[in-house]
Amino acid sequence: MKNDEINSEKRNLLKKILSSRNLGDLIFERLTLLFAVSVFLLVVLMGYEMYQGSKISIEKFGWSFLVNSTWDPVQEIYGALPIIYGTVVSSLLALIISLPLSLGVAIFLAEVAPPWLEKPLSFLVELLAGIPSVIYGLWGIFVLVPWIRNSVEPYLSEKLGFLPLFRGAPYGFGLLAAVLILTVMILPIISSISRDVLKSVPRSQREAALALGATKWQSTIIVLRDARPGILGATMLGLGRAIGETMAVTMVIGNRALISPSLFDPSYTMASEIANEFTEATSSMYLSALIQLALVLFVITIIINALARLLVWSMDRKWKTA
Amino acid sequence: MKLRTIISVIFLALSISSVTHAQLQLNGAGATFPAVIYSKWFDEYKNLTGVQFNYQAIGSGGGIKQITEGTVDFGATDGPMSDQQLAEAKSKQGTDILHIPTVMGAVVVCYNVPNLGKGFNLDGATLADIFLGKITKWNDAAIVKLNPKLNLPNKSIVVAHRSDGSGTTFIFTDYLVKVSKEWETKVGKGTSVNWPVGLGGKGNDGVAGLVKQTEGSIGYVELAYAVKNNIAYANMKNKAGKFVEASFSSVSAAAEGASKDMPADLRVSITDAAGKDSYPISGFTWLLVYKNMKDEAKANSLVKFLKWAMGKGQSFATDLYYAPLPKPIIKICEKNIATITANGNKIK
Repeated sequence: MKNDEINSEKRNLLKKILSSRNLGDLIFERLTLLFAVSVFLLVVLMGYEMYQGSKISIEKFGWSFLVNSTWDPVQEIYGALPIIYGTVVSSLLALIISLPLSLGVAIFLAEVAPPWLEKPLSFLVELLAGIPSVIYGLWGIFVLVPWIRNSVEPYLSEKLGFLPLFRGAPYGFGLLAAVLILTVMILPIISSISRDVLKSVPRSQREAALALGATKWQSTIIVLRDARPGILGATMLGLGRAIGETMAVTMVIGNRALISPSLFDPSYTMASEIANEFTEATSSMYLSALIQLALVLFVITIIINALARLLVWSMDRKWKTA
Repeated sequence: MKLRTIISVIFLALSISSVTHAQLQLNGAGATFPAVIYSKWFDEYKNLTGVQFNYQAIGSGGGIKQITEGTVDFGATDGPMSDQQLAEAKSKQGTDILHIPTVMGAVVVCYNVPNLGKGFNLDGATLADIFLGKITKWNDAAIVKLNPKLNLPNKSIVVAHRSDGSGTTFIFTDYLVKVSKEWETKVGKGTSVNWPVGLGGKGNDGVAGLVKQTEGSIGYVELAYAVKNNIAYANMKNKAGKFVEASFSSVSAAAEGASKDMPADLRVSITDAAGKDSYPISGFTWLLVYKNMKDEAKANSLVKFLKWAMGKGQSFATDLYYAPLPKPIIKICEKNIATITANGNKIK
């Protein structure tokens, strides 16, 4: 009852403010509203356009597009399973390798490093994030791939060759090279955002922990717990970049739509496939299939983002009730 | 005061841009392979006549699409339009589309076999079997038979192909279709195909990089790219049974060899052409123009330009690593160019 009274009071106050506002405020409000709505409209429009563009292909292949594994522009048979597989596996593996490394970097920078070391190191990490992907790709072709071919793959197949993961001819180009290059590419994103998140955790939390007799390590754990939603967000941004990465991946992955248990075998990703074939796609069915691939990529990205939001939200709630 | 200056500057800029707009400008889009010589041509031609060309190298697929939709004055492609595509364009634009070959290119087979020496020979059937994954060793009997003098190692063959859609792949697979029944039924031809084996590299440089780095590999790149970068390539056995090295003259010879039974619309592949000096993996690149154009001024300048390209324009070709068209083909082209009309009227 009391709450309602306060609320209605608030509402009245708000009404007063609103009625007394000047024209500038009104314009400002409407303008920002327009911008906010336009982002939403853009997403809807993109989805709609892609759906329209891929209609012929959706009608012909339907769901089989997602489970069929032949991609044959000559016979006009399109199935994207190996390409979806390549996208998801390369991104997830890269994330699995990159996440602990990035967290280590972030924790060191935010919690451990002395200021004279933190500044230049942070700068370097951010610099890494700004390198164009084609440079990563070139580095991949000339440095990473030969190294993988001559050292990593022979070593792995000798020591761990009993696992199907490490079998096959050591080309150098392939899933392993793509995973490693993606790892390097998403590391700066995850670590620099995580560092910012860790730094934004109030000092009082650390002080309180230390005051209660926690060790440095224990207080870091507490800070990490506070920063969980932000770190998750950083991880999702990293995953997003890995999924959408085109140039660097296509330069080292071997570009072959193949589902193989071996990391040595070539693979393919959706973004690379689209970038590779879009310009010379002459028939309308071909073009339509490529747009459908874009639609699948779009939906996957949305699902991942939604899942991340959901996770952050549920964590937030748990944290507040705890 | 300040505001007035700004406004006057804006007006000045607008008036300048409207002046340049008044100048005739022809828009085109399409194939990337001939983009180098086209920009050279357009540049030279602008200096001669003042007519401005705006060419966007967006790929053959885009070129065909845009001329079908009527958003450009001319298109360009590395693979000819199909009958179905031509019919669609006609129904949309109300006029036929002409294919005018401009220059020629070729595809060469490059390889990386240490200590192999010069003069590696291949024929179509063997090449197809390698790319089908049926021949997997360098010392396979079929390869040894073609190269009895060379020291071929007992090494696995790694196949490298283009991962991006490209006219180069079209010419290459078009050749394989002609020389191998199995390739025709299993794979077919196109700007990208479902490769039975191998690694994909993006662009000529991607394939060349794969081949350079991987011992025992074999791939294919544009002749121009191989010549510019000093890449060794195989001699191919042609229809006449002779091993021919790819060069600008052997590519032009292929067009000449194929010219005897060439259809009038020049929508034709010249792979595996007749003639003893013909290099078998050669192809045209085409400009696509409307047979009847709506804008008379544009039609006039486009026809003039095409005539110039068939004459003086051809002399720029070899410097830019393209093979020029042989005489008989130029004759047919000129005949076709003469049929272009503006609103149904002949162009002088």
